[in-house]
Amino acid sequence: MINNKTKNVAFNALVKKAIDVLMFPLIAILLGLFVAVFFVMWAKNLGFIDGTATLFSAIWEGTFGKRANFIETLVAMTPLIFTGLAHSVAFRTGLFNIGVEGQFIMGMLAAALIGLIPGIPAPIHVTLVLLGGLIFGAVWAAIPGYLKAKVGTNEVVNTIMMNFIAMNVSNYFVKGPIHREGSASSKMILESAQLYRFLSPSERVNVGLFIGIALIFVIYWLLWKTTIGYELRAVGLNMHAAEYGGINSKKNIILAMVISGAIAGLGGAAHVAGTIHKAHQLVGFTNYGFDGIAVALLAKSHPIGVLFSSLLFGGLNSSARILQKFRIPKQIVYIIQGIIIIFVAADYIYKWLKEKKKKEAIKNA
Amino acid sequence: MEKVIEMRGITKIFPGVIANDNVDFELRKGEIHVLLGENGAGKTTLMNILYGLYQPDKGEIYVNGKKVNIKGPSDAIAMGIGMVHQHFMLVHNFTVAENIILGSEPKTAFGFKIDYKKAIKDVKELADKYGFNVDPNSIIEDITVGQQQKVEILKALYRGAEILILDEPTAVLTPQEIEELGQILKNLVKEGKSIILITHKLKEVMNMSDRVTIVRRGKVVDTVNTKDVDMDTLAEMMVGRKVNLVVEKKPAKVGDVVLKIENLQALDHRKLPKLKGVDLEVRSGEILGIAGVDGNGQTELVEVITGLRRATGGRVILKGNDLTNRAPKEIIEAGISNIPEDRHKHGLVLKFSLTENAVLGQHDKEPFSKGIIMNYDVIREHAKKLINDFDVRTPNEEVHAGALSGGNQQKFIAAREITKDPELLIATQPTRGLDVGAIEYIHKRLVEERDKGKAVLLVSLELDEVMALSDRIAVMYDGKIVGILDADKTNEMELGILMAGGTLNKKEGEHDKQ
Amino acid sequence: MKRLIALIATLTLVAGLFAGCAKKEAQQPTDQTQIKIGLATDEGGKGDKSFNDAAIAGLEKIKAEYGIEPQIIESKSADDYEPNLTTLAADNDLVFGVGFKMADAIKAVAQNNPDKKFAIIDSVVDLPNVASYVFKEEEGSFLMGVIAGKMTKTNIIGFLGGIKFELIEKFEAGFRAGVKAVNPNAKVLVQYANSFSDVALGYEIAKKMYNDGADVIYHAAGGVGIGLFNAAKEMKKWAIGVDSDQAVLIPDKADVILASMIKRVDTATYTASKAAIEGTFASGTVVLGLKEDGVGISPTINPAVPQEVIDLANKYKQAIIDGKFTVPTKPAEVDTFQAPQI
Repeated sequence: MINNKTKNVAFNALVKKAIDVLMFPLIAILLGLFVAVFFVMWAKNLGFIDGTATLFSAIWEGTFGKRANFIETLVAMTPLIFTGLAHSVAFRTGLFNIGVEGQFIMGMLAAALIGLIPGIPAPIHVTLVLLGGLIFGAVWAAIPGYLKAKVGTNEVVNTIMMNFIAMNVSNYFVKGPIHREGSASSKMILESAQLYRFLSPSERVNVGLFIGIALIFVIYWLLWKTTIGYELRAVGLNMHAAEYGGINSKKNIILAMVISGAIAGLGGAAHVAGTIHKAHQLVGFTNYGFDGIAVALLAKSHPIGVLFSSLLFGGLNSSARILQKFRIPKQIVYIIQGIIIIFVAADYIYKWLKEKKKKEAIKNA
Repeated sequence: MEKVIEMRGITKIFPGVIANDNVDFELRKGEIHVLLGENGAGKTTLMNILYGLYQPDKGEIYVNGKKVNIKGPSDAIAMGIGMVHQHFMLVHNFTVAENIILGSEPKTAFGFKIDYKKAIKDVKELADKYGFNVDPNSIIEDITVGQQQKVEILKALYRGAEILILDEPTAVLTPQEIEELGQILKNLVKEGKSIILITHKLKEVMNMSDRVTIVRRGKVVDTVNTKDVDMDTLAEMMVGRKVNLVVEKKPAKVGDVVLKIENLQALDHRKLPKLKGVDLEVRSGEILGIAGVDGNGQTELVEVITGLRRATGGRVILKGNDLTNRAPKEIIEAGISNIPEDRHKHGLVLKFSLTENAVLGQHDKEPFSKGIIMNYDVIREHAKKLINDFDVRTPNEEVHAGALSGGNQQKFIAAREITKDPELLIATQPTRGLDVGAIEYIHKRLVEERDKGKAVLLVSLELDEVMALSDRIAVMYDGKIVGILDADKTNEMELGILMAGGTLNKKEGEHDKQ
Repeated sequence: MKRLIALIATLTLVAGLFAGCAKKEAQQPTDQTQIKIGLATDEGGKGDKSFNDAAIAGLEKIKAEYGIEPQIIESKSADDYEPNLTTLAADNDLVFGVGFKMADAIKAVAQNNPDKKFAIIDSVVDLPNVASYVFKEEEGSFLMGVIAGKMTKTNIIGFLGGIKFELIEKFEAGFRAGVKAVNPNAKVLVQYANSFSDVALGYEIAKKMYNDGADVIYHAAGGVGIGLFNAAKEMKKWAIGVDSDQAVLIPDKADVILASMIKRVDTATYTASKAAIEGTFASGTVVLGLKEDGVGISPTINPAVPQEVIDLANKYKQAIIDGKFTVPTKPAEVDTFQAPQI
């Protein structure tokens, strides 16, 4: 009896906590969709009911409705899992790694290069490709991490610069040494370097998705069950207390950047090895790294949250296509994403202000 | 007697805190009125309302019998109310006179140029009138904190203050300076000024005031004439229960030297020399207290010992083990525990649960972790033990550390640091901002550690605390230890002289003659 | 929380207003018996005033004539080509991929949908259900070479290419052959920017060429060409545009643009759609040259170009249409090319 009761109390507490955590993101999503309805009404000259029905059926169809669309949702979601996780790890350590984009590109480049080496048996080749992406991404992030820790330069500025360097380095190889004649991309990577497409060779969803999902749990474990995660989070929340507790904050800043970059690089490699099988010439950024910021924000930098927010953003990206089929401008999707981000950010700002006000009240009491 | 200030039914609510709850307060002409209460009782909020920094949610204010609406400090100044804050607001590279006239500068005939001659003359006259010993031409950064305080008071007087509010004025002063301040306040009252003193120190209430208003948790407990009460009664009114003001301790059983500091030197955050050759020894079974006015290198000394600041010279040796400039982690492992000065900045990760905070500094040690994998079952048990052993009031061990009151946070930190069973326990300002109950408890635990044979290094700006707890007292001044005295053979006056940079030779000579 | 509720309430109110004003959707002219047509743009998307817009213009013409509303999906990145084409193939009978970059994606999707028809612009995909539309850019470029060869005073002419590969080399070869035909003494400076978008690079290359003595430069470099026009305007030299009538599209640079080599992508989408509607759609490669009106001289020609130069260019055009000679498609062939005297 007593045991049951305590269990109930614990369960209720858990539910309350879950509602507390999930309420704001859910409201943000609903509001985003709600506002988008007006744009649909305006663009299509429809009434509110019809507009809502059109938008929701388009998003439903684009995300889950048809086999092909659901597959594309999963395809779009896969890189976002990686970049969302990469941002989460950095956020947890108090860093803003805008360089996830560049680290992702370096991972793609690594895969495009290593994927061309002939004569390696498939399992080893795939492993090498992924490992290469991981290392390229890690190194690319370690540079600004080291500069932040040792020289104190701002990681935001440095990683933005590293993004441009990554894009140009990648373009150098894709336009030059590994360029495929008559195309705007690199040579196709060898079959032995490709990640298995488990539905059919022509359906792009691949085991990269499962690697991403597995990584979610690895990162969760790393952050909350190991001393490494303990130290990273302590540095992120209160660097002074961490140092007082014997934790080397500089080491942890570099480590967080390296882990973040490794995840991003791995994501880039998985994208090439699983989904596109080549590296494109980049006229602009891939945006997977930048979309990852929104994914991590909506997930509140929690790995499990990244699973759901990447699904949402992947689904929305996939829906953009179906919206256009309904002759609704694809920009509607960006509006929805933008509104979600604004609301989530507003939540952060609101909490921050509340905290600040509270602190002042205590100080002045 | 004529009431110069009357505040009726003042209520001020901050998010989550009722700082003032229907507070009545009155100030009579020519009195020194103390506002007494623990940290967070709402004293400063009430005075900030009177000075126009906050608007009350409810209530009325009367100045000289007239109902007023004080919208900002300039209104307050116009009504003759001046306030000296805990943290001074002076321009450091300006002279005393320049600071005093700032905002109400006397102009020359044509009104373009500041009339410095007149300024200096005015300031000098004002200072002489009330017995301030201040040179109008000194630069602020060259004068002592005590003198800076006088400049603040002069500034208020220069602007025509008839009512003066002083917020915790003695916190930064040596005993001698406190006495001097008392004399100045008496002079001011004689000239017809009225004074409100905000403090939580009982001794000053008894020495300085005519009447006391006691505030507890935002409410007024009572207003009494000082001569009708004693310290114990005041303490009881302030805290709400009987308190034991004396720390009971057995004679020390002093053992071997645990910590040896030799000619230690270090720079401050501006890269200027701050520690200028500190020599110190702490033995097992004793509490060594470091007394000194804030900013004489105490913070830097503790930072160097714990590895958070680099030493530029000298050595720190723990039981023969040279720890100079080693990483904080190694120093913790060598057996130094530290109850830090700032519990929010250093002591706790406020957004970590108590469980997670319980192993800060030991998280990578067995049995709390093995390899990189942390054992949260063991850690949770450890946290529960800390909570039970040190009577930390918390719903459970999973709440964020930030959800606890200051006293319970400090108890939790003390629990963690003491339970590590260190060779040397450092406690820096261990009771700052705590209520009397928590202070009693922390003091008791520190004495217990000493009785168990640990070496305890206590650093505090509260001279009373140092004197009550320590077996030996080292006085720190300008980055050096200027004297080490046995606690039972010295007194406040001696310590005060050392804290102000003086020497005892002459004084001791006098003692001898007597 | 209160504020949130207020916000939602406000939005609902606004929703009511919108709903009140909204009219029923206008009836789309659709005919069930007709085929459906889809088109995927590249990253340029709608409104690029160039390639994609030209392709869509062809479908607009079809819409006007047959009442078929095309489905158009814009690609956000190269990663989108394949799913976009797949989505279009699910609903449409004929699907266009615009641009050589889509060749891989068209190939993959066409293989997966053997019962649907596909068409690609500017590249060749050799599948039984794909029609490939390529242009004889060399023929149009030849005429630009004629104009440049006649207009130069310094006898130095520039060619600014985008990324160097077969397609763009056709522009170079045709242009150089045209210059050689009318002005064998003129030298053609050739440089590739390795980009279709770097405006600053285009400006630098063009400036260098002008400084080296060139007084006319022809570009086949997409956005890089904007840099060329900027340099031409600044240095008061001549430039020649490409793909569409650039003097019309960029009016503030019209005074330095002699003419443009226009490439009728709209003709390609129109022709392919018309063939599919009339049941004559055939796979294989369709080459659109001067004869098919697939390439040509822009309607806007700078008044500085004398009538006799225009006449000369038109004579060459007629000669090419009549098959009197063939314009080389590879730069290497230019050296051995012998232009007939006209």
